[in-house]
Amino acid sequence: MEAYVAIIIIWLFLFLYALGGAIDFGAGFWSMFYFGRKDTTAASIANLYLTPSWKVTNVFLVLFVVALVGFFPHAAFALGSIMIVPVSFVLILLIIRSAFMVYSYSVQKYTKLFTYISGITGLLIPVLMLSILPIIIGGFVEVVGDRHYILYDRLLASPTLYAHIGFGLSAELFLSSLFLSDYAREAKSMETYKVYRRNAIILGPIMLSMAVAATMTLIPEAIWMVDNMVRQWHLFALSLVVFSIGYSALWWPSRKGRVGQPRVAVLSMVVQIGLASFAYGWSHMPYIVYPKLTIYDAFTNIKMYYSLLWGYAIGMAILVPLFYWFWRLFLKDKRYLTDKKVDDVR
Amino acid sequence: MDNVLLARMLFGSTLIFHIIFATLGVGLTLMILIAEIMRVIRKDNDYGILAKRWTKAVAILLGVAIPSGTIVAVMLALLWPGFIEVVGQVIALPFTLEIFAFFIEALFLSIYVYAASRLSSLMRIISVFFVALGATASAVLITNVQSWMNTPTGFNVVNGEITDVRPWEAVLNPAFGYTAVHVASSAYMATAFVVASVAAYQLLKPNLKESEKTYHKKGLMIALVFGAITSLWTATNGHTSAVGLHQNVPVKLAAAEGLFVTQPNAPLAIFGTPDPEANRVVGGIEIPGMLSYLATGSRDGVVIGLNEFPRDEWPPLFVHTLFNIMVGIGTLLIGLSFGALAYRIVFKKREYPNWLLIPLIGSGPLAMLGIETGWIFACIGRQPWTIYGIQRTAEAATKSANLGTFFVIFISLYIFLLVITALVMRYYFRRNPLINEFDS
Ligand code: HDD
Ligand code: HEM
Ligand code: HEM
Repeated sequence: MEAYVAIIIIWLFLFLYALGGAIDFGAGFWSMFYFGRKDTTAASIANLYLTPSWKVTNVFLVLFVVALVGFFPHAAFALGSIMIVPVSFVLILLIIRSAFMVYSYSVQKYTKLFTYISGITGLLIPVLMLSILPIIIGGFVEVVGDRHYILYDRLLASPTLYAHIGFGLSAELFLSSLFLSDYAREAKSMETYKVYRRNAIILGPIMLSMAVAATMTLIPEAIWMVDNMVRQWHLFALSLVVFSIGYSALWWPSRKGRVGQPRVAVLSMVVQIGLASFAYGWSHMPYIVYPKLTIYDAFTNIKMYYSLLWGYAIGMAILVPLFYWFWRLFLKDKRYLTDKKVDDVR
Repeated sequence: MDNVLLARMLFGSTLIFHIIFATLGVGLTLMILIAEIMRVIRKDNDYGILAKRWTKAVAILLGVAIPSGTIVAVMLALLWPGFIEVVGQVIALPFTLEIFAFFIEALFLSIYVYAASRLSSLMRIISVFFVALGATASAVLITNVQSWMNTPTGFNVVNGEITDVRPWEAVLNPAFGYTAVHVASSAYMATAFVVASVAAYQLLKPNLKESEKTYHKKGLMIALVFGAITSLWTATNGHTSAVGLHQNVPVKLAAAEGLFVTQPNAPLAIFGTPDPEANRVVGGIEIPGMLSYLATGSRDGVVIGLNEFPRDEWPPLFVHTLFNIMVGIGTLLIGLSFGALAYRIVFKKREYPNWLLIPLIGSGPLAMLGIETGWIFACIGRQPWTIYGIQRTAEAATKSANLGTFFVIFISLYIFLLVITALVMRYYFRRNPLINEFDS
């Protein structure tokens, strides 16, 4: 029971980071993609979001890692030996990405080069992270004694890896486009709104089909997982319904005569990703790494569990109002969204 | 090379890299707060410009500080799963609370930097106060784990299993108080001297305009006053740390001082090499009775020597040199900062002469060296233990291979980023010279 509460908290943190990270890295990519274009402000809208937000997004990553090892310390040996290679590459990309993104604002002479470096490294991060999913499902891990090895040759030859990668890419680009279309609307930039709305329209179905492909290609590798997913079909079905509502909202009329209700679309997609990722995670239970390591084996003691719960509760109580203020200042305040001078303070 | 050694090298070098940026992040945010307050009190916009330019420096540094910290956190879990297994059961609280300190720092920093024009002076001071608070709190909380590794409390071990966990007792371990104070004060101190270095370097430039000169002199003054106070404070609480070692981790103090034989009236050995054959430090300077006096408050106090411990529990003996470098730098910088202040205030001089500015340029790098040697001493002086008396480093380490390749990749990356960061700083501050700030 306690182990399940803990894993739901972990899922919540992962979900928040997945959303924040997808939007953050995606925005970095778009700011590169539209770099230097005179006909649209798509790049600067992306930057307007990124500059104050990337630090906060990054803390969610740390929050996830710390919560995972805090609640499930006995998973460290297994996860450590499986993850070391992919996660080290994620870390390398992450530091290059952040450094060059920050430096691109400071060194005008190389802004273009630095934006490209950070845009591309950022694009790859969610892709690498997603590629970890098929590994912990257990299909590609060999256990010898207490060591876990990844069977790289089998992994690299398997279609599910590529389906997961495709899903990571399309989800990142879709969610960020959708979010930025709403952000552009908030900033009253209709041109940019149209650009990102179009991107979202193209990318939505791609993301959906990639998700289906990732599940289908899983069948030969991890039938236990697919069986469990079938049992969660109602959650997946619900998420599909919510997806359709959100996607269609891109055509809903608005009172101001604009086509599309991006805020509805964004909120629906948040719910959709939440439902689908919860159903996916639930199908994974009770394993952390199949078939050796369950959440019960990895769980910490009850005393620590309760003190961690208190810690998170108090911390969140302080932070939620702060997040609200932050949101008001940067995601809503017209003075920020239309301030041309933002460029020279950063 | 074996796994454990590679893991140690990879983790150690990552921390050596992270601590440069982390220390400056902790110190500079406090100095920005001081400058913002000075601006309001003195009604002098030079302090506003100081705050603005330091903030820009922080923004650049954070581009590396934050991801490198993320690397440290993730690597801690990847490379030391045995350690994390114990951490998760006993001392997970400070890591959790640290996250909230990071959030507070990151949120308020964005507010301070990007919403500055929309905030009143008071709100700006409040925001930057929370930035500084968040930065210091994160340093203190992470130090909590480090102090617990030296004096692990709050649990029992029965047949190799951890039982009867008392999380708060672990947080309030005996070494926490003095370690946290020493870490915070040394971070402030190091930053103050880095700022002093930069100001001294600028002042040495020929044909400065009068306005630039007064600006740099104000910066140097803040740095020197702050540096003098914090360096004196660091030395006193460093002394408290040494007394704490005497009480809690005697083998570390013995290695730091190169003391082999348990004795009253123990001498303080400065530099030289500890020689286990001769049972003493050779080639150094000895002050008889001084170590006993410092550690126990009396020359007759008994200080425990290395010979009381089995050989395989000795830390590497070169930590003696690391310790001496740290203490030496502390002593030197107290002298330098008070000397420079005395020259200006007591002798009522209006200018800093070159013979004073040139050594001041060296003070920043020296202070950073103090931070590095201090930390390396603290971590290597704990060897062969990761958790003193409980878990050996070899038991904590991961069993996975591939570490050698990653060591090479990460080291190259760190060196590359150090160079790039330095170049970006230089480029930015050349491109936006001080002179442009005065007319705005
Ligand atoms: C600018 C940096 C700096 C300076 C000048 C000093 N220290 Fe220090 N010292 C540190 C920076 C530092 C540190 C980096 O903050 C350490 C590493 C781990 C820790 O707890 O603090 C440290 C550790 C440390 C320890 C080990 C604590 C432990 O392992 O538990 C002792 C005994 C001292 N210091 C004592 C001193 C004394 C007597 C100093 C006299 C001037 C001194 N330090 C100056
Ligand atoms: C094992 C040791 C350490 C770990 C695990 C660690 C972890 C981290 C992490 C995860 C971050 C990124 C925070 C973010 O995402 O915003 C970070 C940044 C930082 N760390 Fe470290 N750190 C360690 C040592 C230290 C030490 C010794 C200090 C200070 C004395 C320190 C001070 C900082 C500061 C000031 C930042 C920037 C924080 C921010 O702006 O959010 N760290 N560290
Ligand atoms: C306050 C936060 C810190 C914590 C919790 C911490 C924790 C650790 C841990 C768990 C290890 C690996 C196990 C071991 O060797 O005992 C380690 C090793 C090491 N750390 Fe620290 N560390 C901290 C700060 C630092 C800093 C700031 C530096 C460098 C400037 C540093 C330098 C090293 C080195 C060089 C090693 C390798 C030591 C060896 O095994 O010989 N540490 N530390």
